[in-house]
Amino acid sequence: MQLAVNIVVLTAIYALIACGYVLIYRVSRVLNLAHGELLMLSAYLLLWTASLFAGHAIAAIAAALGLSLVVGAMVYLFLLRKLTGEMALAAVLTTVALGVLLRGVTVLLWSAQQQYPAVPLGLSNWAIALPGGARISLWAGLLVVTTLAVYASLFAFLRLGRWGMRMRAAGQNPLLAAQRGINLHAIYALAWSLSTLTGALAGVLIALDSGLGQTMAIIGLKAFPAALVGGLDSLAGALLGSAIVASAEVILIHHVDPLLSEVIPFLVLIVVLMLRPWGLLGTREELDRV
Amino acid sequence: MSRRPRASGYFRTDYAEDLSLLPTRLERSAVLGLLVVLLILPLVASPFLIDLAAQVFLAAIGALALMLLTGYAGQVSLGHAGLLAAGAFTVGILFKELKAPFFVTLPAAAAVGALLGVVFGLPSLRVRGLYLAVSTLALNFLVAYLGGEYEARRGFSTGIVVDPPSLAGKAVTDARAWYVILLLAAVATLFLCANLARARSGRAWAAIRANETVAQTLGIGVASYKLLAFVISSALTAVAGALFAYYRGFVSVEAFSLFLSIQYVAMIIIGGMGSLAGAILGALFVTLFPYAIEASLGALIGATAYAGLSFAVNAAAFGAVMILFLVLEPQGLIGLWRRLKTYFLLWPFRHRPVGGARR
Repeated sequence: MQLAVNIVVLTAIYALIACGYVLIYRVSRVLNLAHGELLMLSAYLLLWTASLFAGHAIAAIAAALGLSLVVGAMVYLFLLRKLTGEMALAAVLTTVALGVLLRGVTVLLWSAQQQYPAVPLGLSNWAIALPGGARISLWAGLLVVTTLAVYASLFAFLRLGRWGMRMRAAGQNPLLAAQRGINLHAIYALAWSLSTLTGALAGVLIALDSGLGQTMAIIGLKAFPAALVGGLDSLAGALLGSAIVASAEVILIHHVDPLLSEVIPFLVLIVVLMLRPWGLLGTREELDRV
Repeated sequence: MSRRPRASGYFRTDYAEDLSLLPTRLERSAVLGLLVVLLILPLVASPFLIDLAAQVFLAAIGALALMLLTGYAGQVSLGHAGLLAAGAFTVGILFKELKAPFFVTLPAAAAVGALLGVVFGLPSLRVRGLYLAVSTLALNFLVAYLGGEYEARRGFSTGIVVDPPSLAGKAVTDARAWYVILLLAAVATLFLCANLARARSGRAWAAIRANETVAQTLGIGVASYKLLAFVISSALTAVAGALFAYYRGFVSVEAFSLFLSIQYVAMIIIGGMGSLAGAILGALFVTLFPYAIEASLGALIGATAYAGLSFAVNAAAFGAVMILFLVLEPQGLIGLWRRLKTYFLLWPFRHRPVGGARR
């Protein structure tokens, strides 16, 4: 039973992070390999806002999330916008470089030690007993709920909202979308903002649950196979992919070898790339295939 | 051999001239001069400088191999550290288990590299671009995991110590001897890569990079030439990893992180895509960069205050430089050099005449 709960929690973590990859890829065909570092930065921002609003936990978290929105838009406006029209790969490598830069900057500003933003905020973490003898920590439970809420609102936003429709249009055919008067730069900046926001939600909740250190970027990178397994341009796929990767990881760690934790997502990734490179639910891209 | 200047126009009249490695007298004497300087350097330089030069040569071998794959054949790889690790671990394992001498371990490392090249290359037959980069990234983690697993299982959890190789009954420990060995290896790699790039294989890779469908139509075996690029590049990289293991005398999986792969990609970007000289310039730049940062910061805020921050400062500065090159100068250092050359050649004009001149 505990195994099932672990799978659900890890699925929620991966899914919440993976939807950031999917949002950006779906709208602008850019793979953001700095996503892990961006969510780590957001978690560190919480550390900073926690010292600003000591005692006001909600205000601090809201401020950190708001800042992450700004960070995402700034990354697009000051960095990725300059690369519009270049090779897709140049953009990916730029995000890789951004990741390296952010790792260095976070260590410089906040040191490499494991830190606990829950402490200055005065928030505690306790275990909730579930039926069947399993336990889940408060923040992990909140993370599962958040993931569900984020996915529900993203689906609603992309299906029903005017901006959501514009985003889908930009993702399908940027040229036509631009000719119909859609401001592509605004759409891309919005996608980056939303993606960083979902990442920040994951980063903040993980930091509150188990503390915050440089390993958080690795969690972000491990969520990337989940996005690709499901299909890089499909939100439902990200959910499915996260479930597959998380189950494989939890079960294999439990039964085979804990050291495998780092590689399992990538093993799943290799298998899927061999069999179905566009992912389980992704649209087949003829251009990107041989 | 032509004695005519190449710079101010296109004077080549036959294919042999077009293919020659060093077409003009100036280039020939420049290369000769550089070789002489490189051979004299270890006699006068300090041990620190010799070590630095040796590191540059090692990095240059890996960067040349990656340039062949990415810059010429157009196949992106984010798994370079995995291949270096494979070479280093081949040496480490063969040495620990069988006490194998270096003339066994080096070819073995090359063979392992070639084999891994096939493995790394197989996804390239099915996916390209972004997806290929991702699959090599995944393989990088896989190789690192296998190395870590070996370390943990055999009880070398801190790393494997490798004795220096013996040449003619004597252990090679002298820094100058290493300098010469690595210089020769780098020059040999450069020569091999240059020849591959100007031969049939190079033309096939250029065609594949430009357009696979057209390459196929022209009768180029796309799959086999892609795999060839992966195999050669991986074998060379594994040899670089093996030399690294011997040079350091120590193999540990920690040395082969994702960051190392990024560094190699940075070398070929900063150097300039599609140019072997660019790969060497990039290797030089990326290898010396942390030392330059350290020296300048040490002078600025004092070495003691800086000590704890070195990794963070390096990472931040490195990321920033990589971004600057990607955004402002995608052609890299070699692009800067070409532009500078063009500027002086055309002076007082600013543009080449339409149609006439080279390129």
